[in-house]
Amino acid sequence: MSDSRSDILALAEERKALSVEAPASGLRRRWQVLLWSTLGPIAAILAAFVVSGLMLLVAGFDPLFAFATLLRGAFGDLRVISEVLLQATPLMLIGVGLAVAFRSNIWNIGAEGQFYAGAVLSTIAGIYLGMLPAVVLVPLVLVLGFVGGALWGVLAGWFKVRFGASEIVTTIMLNYVAIIGTGYLVTGPMIEQAGTYPQTAKVAEAARLYRFLPPTRLHIGFLLALVFAVIVYVLLFKTSTGYAIRAAGHNQTAARYAGIDVERTVLLAMGISGGAAGLAGAIQVSGLTFRLYQQISPGYGFTGIAVALLAGNHPLGVILSALLFGALRSGSEVMQISAKIPSVLVFVVQGLVILSVVSYGVYQMKLFGRLRVAKEG
Amino acid sequence: MSDDVILRMENMVKTFPGVVANAGINLEVRRGEIHCLLGENGAGKTVLMSTLYGLYHADAGSIIYKGQPVQIRSPKDAIRQRIGMVHQHFMLVPTLTVAENLILGQYRYWQRLSQMERAKAEIRRLGEEFGLRIDPDAVVGRLSVGEQQRVEILKALYHGIDLLILDEPTAVLTPQETSQLLGFLRELADKGLTIIFITHKLEEVMQVSDRVTVLRDGKDVATLNTAETSPRELARLMVGRDVLMEMPERQGEPGEVVLAVQDLCVENERGLRVVDGVSFEVREREIVGIAGVAGNGQSELALALAGLMPIHSGEVRLNGQVLREWTPRQVSQLGLAHVPEDRHGMAIILPFSVSNNFVIHSFGDEPFSRHGFLNFSRIREYAQRLVREYDVRLVSVDDPISSLSGGNQQKVVVARELNREPRLLLVNQPTRGIDIGATEFVRQRILAQRDRGSAVLLISTELEEIFHLSDRILVMYEGKIVGEVPPDRSLLDKIGLMMAGHRAEA
Amino acid sequence: MDTVWIAMIPAILAATWRMATPLIYAAVGEVITERAGVLNIGLEGTMLLGAFTAFAAVYATDNLWVGLLATLLVGVVVGLVFAFFTVTVKANQIIVGVALNLLGLGLTGFLFRTLFLGTKNAVRTVPVLNIPVLSDLPVVGEMLFHQNLMVYGTLLLVPVASFVLYKTAFGLAIRSVGEHPRASDTVGISVSGIRYAAVMIGTALTAIAGAFLTIAHTNQFVEGITSGRGFIALAVVVFGRWSPKGAFWASLLFGVFFALQLRLQAMPDLAIPYQAFQVLPYAATIVVLLSLRGRSHAPSALAIPYEA
Repeated sequence: MSDSRSDILALAEERKALSVEAPASGLRRRWQVLLWSTLGPIAAILAAFVVSGLMLLVAGFDPLFAFATLLRGAFGDLRVISEVLLQATPLMLIGVGLAVAFRSNIWNIGAEGQFYAGAVLSTIAGIYLGMLPAVVLVPLVLVLGFVGGALWGVLAGWFKVRFGASEIVTTIMLNYVAIIGTGYLVTGPMIEQAGTYPQTAKVAEAARLYRFLPPTRLHIGFLLALVFAVIVYVLLFKTSTGYAIRAAGHNQTAARYAGIDVERTVLLAMGISGGAAGLAGAIQVSGLTFRLYQQISPGYGFTGIAVALLAGNHPLGVILSALLFGALRSGSEVMQISAKIPSVLVFVVQGLVILSVVSYGVYQMKLFGRLRVAKEG
Repeated sequence: MSDDVILRMENMVKTFPGVVANAGINLEVRRGEIHCLLGENGAGKTVLMSTLYGLYHADAGSIIYKGQPVQIRSPKDAIRQRIGMVHQHFMLVPTLTVAENLILGQYRYWQRLSQMERAKAEIRRLGEEFGLRIDPDAVVGRLSVGEQQRVEILKALYHGIDLLILDEPTAVLTPQETSQLLGFLRELADKGLTIIFITHKLEEVMQVSDRVTVLRDGKDVATLNTAETSPRELARLMVGRDVLMEMPERQGEPGEVVLAVQDLCVENERGLRVVDGVSFEVREREIVGIAGVAGNGQSELALALAGLMPIHSGEVRLNGQVLREWTPRQVSQLGLAHVPEDRHGMAIILPFSVSNNFVIHSFGDEPFSRHGFLNFSRIREYAQRLVREYDVRLVSVDDPISSLSGGNQQKVVVARELNREPRLLLVNQPTRGIDIGATEFVRQRILAQRDRGSAVLLISTELEEIFHLSDRILVMYEGKIVGEVPPDRSLLDKIGLMMAGHRAEA
Repeated sequence: MDTVWIAMIPAILAATWRMATPLIYAAVGEVITERAGVLNIGLEGTMLLGAFTAFAAVYATDNLWVGLLATLLVGVVVGLVFAFFTVTVKANQIIVGVALNLLGLGLTGFLFRTLFLGTKNAVRTVPVLNIPVLSDLPVVGEMLFHQNLMVYGTLLLVPVASFVLYKTAFGLAIRSVGEHPRASDTVGISVSGIRYAAVMIGTALTAIAGAFLTIAHTNQFVEGITSGRGFIALAVVVFGRWSPKGAFWASLLFGVFFALQLRLQAMPDLAIPYQAFQVLPYAATIVVLLSLRGRSHAPSALAIPYEA
């Protein structure tokens, strides 16, 4: 903000006492805020669908048929719904983690790599520690997944704190390093016995997550993701650590002035968001794929960005937006098969959702600014 | 309209969301005069002139310039109408040279800068003519503040103007530089230039202007011939009541040394020594004021003492403890409370609620936190108590602090810092940008804190404030303390010289 | 073994400039964008769109000029969209950049799979200029005198960009808008206008960088063909200290890593797994960023929307 602008704002604030607008009651305002912050994401999604529908039309597809297939692919029956939940699981974890990073004003674009780091570490444990009983091995696999992702995230955080290197670039570069590294492992030292495909052997039975809704593949990882979202919500908004993270995110200078160790919050936020992505990787391996291969993530780390932003970086909101993007992903697979529409279209939809959300955010800020002023009365 | 009226602004209205900045202002300026716009912070002076310069668009009202109604939609229109403005915050690009800054916006985009040499010659000619000598090839960021202001005026002259607006031009100058500037403006006016001079300082109005228009609460309250008015009358018009700020007498004598600074040096990010071998002491029950023109190392001194900037060399003793690597946390544990200069940037977190802003230092400690979990009811109670005690005007402590007025935000900061019962209170520009009522309140609180036994280090570029509050005055110039004086108004001239770098005779 | 290595040196040198070329186009474009105070991290997506456009246009018309023209056009349109969201709407530039990358990835993937999947899809490429005699010089001959025209184009681009930035009123306006937009505004420069222009120049050049990959360096489009070059270009801008010349030399440095990657991967019976070379440019980017250590010359107003 330029100096003169802030002068004017300061002046505007001075004059608020003179404002004659009637104050809105606290409760009414709270409802207004809730209403506008729910309408926004819905409008954003609609806008994204309208634009991508037009695109389909131009490309010679029938958008209505396409979206009908997509819906069927997302909500058709129990099996389909369980697939949606499965798709939503890693997105939820990653989205919750990114919400923490974004709230502390760190642009972690590296969830993809952190997902891989977690998947690698947990696969190693799942394969080579197979002699352990499930009660030990399952938690161990999950913890190692978290640790792997957290380390990968903290590394970028350390680059930022220690060397002033932009986390945007370093996290993206670490994505490549992690994916290429995984490629090395699954073609080299960890390739399965048969050696036909570039993939590892299956993890031990004792390392696999319990599937609680047979015949579907739905596993307890989904429930873990829900719990994780709630935990992070409490951490962010109910604890002093969360206070410090949010304070540093809003205003680093003020946080430093307040005695908050800003470097520590950067590392912490990168650790939590990396750990969440790593946990997602571990859950993907131990709950679904049972093994590691190079394309284990179809871009969850990037979809996670859209998930977090659509939820306004609120961990509980992430639950809903992860379900939505899970449905989108799952539906687009079906759409690809029955309507022959390439599923990469979801990236376009994600991009459009992000653009709509971020534009709405700007508008919303203006709107709430007005509401606040009116309240001052 | 008589011939000698160059500008008439009629019934100017400008509102910002929820705020009426100009509520129907009339202004008439005569050709060749120096016309002061006098008013408090927030009276609407800058907004009115920014509207004239095309930076804002008025909601209502008309501008008649040189006998013609004009629409000024952008600064470009203003420049075309031969109107120039020197802003309070300089509108110069620090990485460019003087000449580049002057020709900026003067050529069509596809033109080469080959006419630069001609521009430089023109700059030298203008410099000669008006006695504003500046090297056209100097990089603006390396010039002193006074020189930069000359570049600003030169830029306006280079554009070719008939009307020059200056917004609080003396805020960054020493008293000597100020009188130099005022003399220079008189010369310009004598050459036929019309000057509008925005200020809130009465002496300047009396010294420089032909006529003065007083603004209050977004309205013009009077236009007077300067020769026919008095500072007292102007003050009453400006504030709307008689101003009487009697400060209580100090109780008790200074006690033990709380802060001892010895040969302190601080370097900025570019490696320049901005605080250069500073030594002084502050005792219990004593306010030490640091005077100086903005940008002479006061800010860095404050930041270093607060642990927010690394100390390069020297020793700082707080409460008898010497620390090399200061962190803000350690310093505050040793009893330092800090009301920083940059309120929005440093002292508060705008999106956070008022109550959360009250515990910015202590949110992690009992009773506001237990086992890592925040105790919201305790935080709220605490905030409500301080809000009552310090008369902060708000609807609810749960609202974001951004919804408070600047004065009330400052009250929150002062309340929070004073309530920590500091051994040393460090206050930097405590009343900048807040209205008279809040100013008075904040100053009373600072004095009261001294009387309760705190040591107070006050940094301010407002000499009036320094005189008002300090028990001893130190003057800073280019990172050094150039002298110490008692708060005796008869020494104003001496302080002025010191602020310009003249060392005090021992 | 030693002779094999020595024999590789000219090839590596030649590949260095060639591999640096897309970085140079994109980084010089981004230098101009960032000097105006706009951070576009959507280079990767822009480059992909450029790569696909060039490929599709040349495929359809068999005319390289049409390909380049179409690429420029798409680049400008992408810039228009990016500037609309960042300059007019004033949305967070990083987030819009993320969206642009997703859009680039999704759109090119979608169109490629719908239009080209299963077709024989090689296109005509930008011709190589072989300067006789000189190109036979030992060591440097191939590098300096046997390259395709787009590689030589960088020799034109860098001085032109420097000239525009430092010697024209437009360049002065760009530099002032990136440092102190309000000051520029008060002398009648349209901050939005300059930023739109700077963004569009940046995306147009970045699109050309993409075109290089599909119609000069190779003769086909592959999904994700840019493989992170858009992001590396961001690091190049920092390393090149926001100047076109700096960007040129920094790109060449990264070109070395790409060239090594390319050549060493192709080496038969090397005991080192090929991933070790594959990872080189990305690891190098991190190392380079770490080596800069807070020494920053970034424009003051970078990534901050201007509120008039």
